[in-house]
Amino acid sequence: MRLPSAIESLRAQVRQIEGQHRRVSTALAFGVPAVDSRLPGGALPLGALHEIAGGGNGAIDGAAAALFAAGIAARTRGKVLWCLTRLDLFAPALAQAGLNSDRVIYLEGGDEKTILACFEEGLRHGGLGAVVAEVARLPMTASRRLQLAAEGSGTIGIALRRWRRQTEASDFGQPTAATTRWRVSALPSTPLPVPGVGRPRWLVELIRCRAGESADFELEACDATGHLRLPTDLVQRSDQAEGGRYSASA
Amino acid sequence: MVLATDAAAHAAGLRVGMPASKAQVLVQGLVIQDANPAADAEALERLALWMLQRFAPIVAADPPDGIVIDSTGADHLHGGEAATLAILVEKLASVGLRARATIADTWGAAHALARFDPRPGFVSAPGNAARDVAPLSIAALRLASDMVRDLRVLGFDSVGDLLAQPRAPLALRFGPELGRRLDQATGRLAEPIEPIRSEALIEVRRAFAEPIGAAQTVARTIGELSIQLCGALERRGLGARRLDLICHRVDSQAQAVRVGTGLPLRDVKRMTRLLCDKIETIDPGFGIEVMILAATVTEPLLPKQASSSLIDQPEPDVSGLIDLLANRVGEKNLYRAAPVASDVPERTVRHIPALAPETGAEWPGRWPRPSRLLTRPETIDTVALLPDHPPASFTWRGIRRRVKRADGPERVFGEWWKRDPELTAVRDYFRLEDDAGERYWVYRAGDGEDPLTGSQRWFLHGIFG
Repeated sequence: MRLPSAIESLRAQVRQIEGQHRRVSTALAFGVPAVDSRLPGGALPLGALHEIAGGGNGAIDGAAAALFAAGIAARTRGKVLWCLTRLDLFAPALAQAGLNSDRVIYLEGGDEKTILACFEEGLRHGGLGAVVAEVARLPMTASRRLQLAAEGSGTIGIALRRWRRQTEASDFGQPTAATTRWRVSALPSTPLPVPGVGRPRWLVELIRCRAGESADFELEACDATGHLRLPTDLVQRSDQAEGGRYSASA
Repeated sequence: MVLATDAAAHAAGLRVGMPASKAQVLVQGLVIQDANPAADAEALERLALWMLQRFAPIVAADPPDGIVIDSTGADHLHGGEAATLAILVEKLASVGLRARATIADTWGAAHALARFDPRPGFVSAPGNAARDVAPLSIAALRLASDMVRDLRVLGFDSVGDLLAQPRAPLALRFGPELGRRLDQATGRLAEPIEPIRSEALIEVRRAFAEPIGAAQTVARTIGELSIQLCGALERRGLGARRLDLICHRVDSQAQAVRVGTGLPLRDVKRMTRLLCDKIETIDPGFGIEVMILAATVTEPLLPKQASSSLIDQPEPDVSGLIDLLANRVGEKNLYRAAPVASDVPERTVRHIPALAPETGAEWPGRWPRPSRLLTRPETIDTVALLPDHPPASFTWRGIRRRVKRADGPERVFGEWWKRDPELTAVRDYFRLEDDAGERYWVYRAGDGEDPLTGSQRWFLHGIFG
C-alpha cells in the first residue's frame, strides 16, 4: 500500500522540478486506443512542443507530416498559426483534414530565424489553438525556449521538420527539448475491391516520448474531422498480438 | 507665359515657357487658366497629408511639383521598396494624377532621378546615389536657372562632369550653393526633411532636457507617450490604425517608426508592445531630443459589451498577436486562405487579411487534394496508354516509379473567360500511388486525343500525404 503513494509523491516532485506545475496542462487524445495507451497520461499533452517529420521522401516534401499536424491542430480549439518558409502548402488539403480555412492564419517568413521567433511569439500569446512551424534546423536552445513558451501558455506547438536535401535529414537524430517526436511515412493505401486508391495509410513512428516509450503504428490517414483510425484488418489481429508492436511490414 | 500644359495641348505643339499669345495663335479656342501658385501649394500640402496617412511617417511637400517621403521604416507595411513605389504610383493614377517616383539614398538624388531618369519606378541601390546621379543633366541639381545656364556656357552638361571637377574654382565662381547641392545629392551633406503636420492629427510629444540614447530610456518614453496618446484617443472615441513614432535627433535628422494595426487600437499595453518591438530599428545617433507619437490613421472605437461567459466561451482575441507579427514580417506575409470558385487547382486559393471576417466558405471536398502543390508543375516522363489511362510508370527527378494504383481522370477545363489560349485547354488529373506507397498528383496537358487541347505532355503537380 505504501509503494504507490511513494511513487506518486516522487512523480509530483519530478513534475515540480520540471516546471509543469505552472499551468494545468490539458491533453488531446487521438481517439485511437492503440496510440493513446502508449502516451504518458493517455493523450498528447497540449502545452508542449512536438516534432513531426516525414520519412523517406517525406523528409523533403513533408506531405504526410503536414496532414498529421493538421489533424492534431484541427482537434484543438481556436485559431491556428502556420509558419511557412516554402510556399507549397495547399490549403484545400488542410480543409479536407478538418482544419477549416477560417481557422488557419499563414505566416510567410523569409528565413528560419524569423520563423522561430514568430513561432515562439505565437506560443507565448496563449490565445491560439495550435502553432505549426515548418523548420529544418531546430537547435537545442531554440527548442527549449519553444517548449517553455508552450508550457507557459498551454498552446500546443508543432515543429514540422522539413529539409532541403535527404542528407540533411540526419539532423533529426540530434536531441531537442521537444516532448514527443514523430515520424510519419506514407504506406500503400487501404486495398479496394475495385481499381483505385483507397484511404491513405501512414506508418506513424513515435521515435521519442518524454516519460514514455517509443512505438510505431500503422494507421489510416486523417478523416474530415482530423481523426486517425486503425486499419480494420489490423483491428482483427490486435487481439492476438496484444501489447506487441505493430510491425511496419504487416 | 505658358507654365503647364495637359497632354492634348502638348500634342498640339504647346510647350512650357512659350508666350501665352503665341499659344493662342497656335491653337484655336485654347482654354487658358491663370496660374494660382497659392492654391497649387495648398493642394500639394493636402496630397502630402494623404501620403502621410498611407505611406510613411515623414512626408514633406517639395514645391513646386514634388513630394518627398522618407520611406525608412515604413516600406515593410507595403512589401518592400519597389512594391511601395508601384502602389504609390498606382494609387495616384486612380485619382487621376500622373506621377513619377524614385527611391534613392538622399533627397537630392531622389529629386533628380524622379525628374530626369527615364526609368519609371527606379530604386537606386543603397550607396549608389553618386553613381546614379552622375549621367543626369545639371538641371537636376535644384540650382537657380541662371546658374545652370552659366554652367552650360562653361561646358558642363551632366552632374558627373561637375563631380569630377575640383571644388575650389567652382565655389569661387558660383558661390557655396553649387557645392552644397552636389553634396546633398551624393549624401555627403545631410538634408533633414521637416515633416508635414496638421491640426487634425492626434499626437503627443515629449522633449528631453538631455538627449537620450539608451534603448531602455526610449522604451520608457514610448510607454509614457502611449498612455498620453490613448487618453487623447479615448476622449475622441477613436482607435489608432496606424501609429508613427518620430524621434528628432540632435543632428536634426528624424528617425521614424511606423506600425499598423488590423483593428482600431486604444490599449496602452499593446501599443507599447508594438512600438517597443521596433526599437532596434531606431538609430539614436548622438541622442534623441524630441519624441513624437502620432495616430496618423484613426477609426471610431466605441465601448462594446463583452460576451458573458455564462452563454458561451468567448473566442480568445488574437488581434494583438496578429499586429505584432504583421509588423515583423509585413502585412502581405500574414494571411488566411479563402476559396475561389475555380477548377484550376492553382487558382482555387486566394489570400485574405488575417483579421478579415470569417467567410464560412469551403472548397468542395469531393476529390482529394494534395497537401503539397508544387508552385510550378514539373515535367515527368511516363509510360501511359492513350487516351484515358493513368501512367503505368513515370520518372520524376531522375527516379523511375512504378504505379501500383491510380485514380482518375479528373478533367479540368481551361477558363476561357480569363485568357484566349485557355478556350480549348484541358488537363486530366490522375492520383497515382507507387509501389512504396507514395501518392502523387499528375496531369496530362490535353485530353489525349486532340492536339488542340494541349501538348499531351505529363506533369507532376502535387504530393499527397
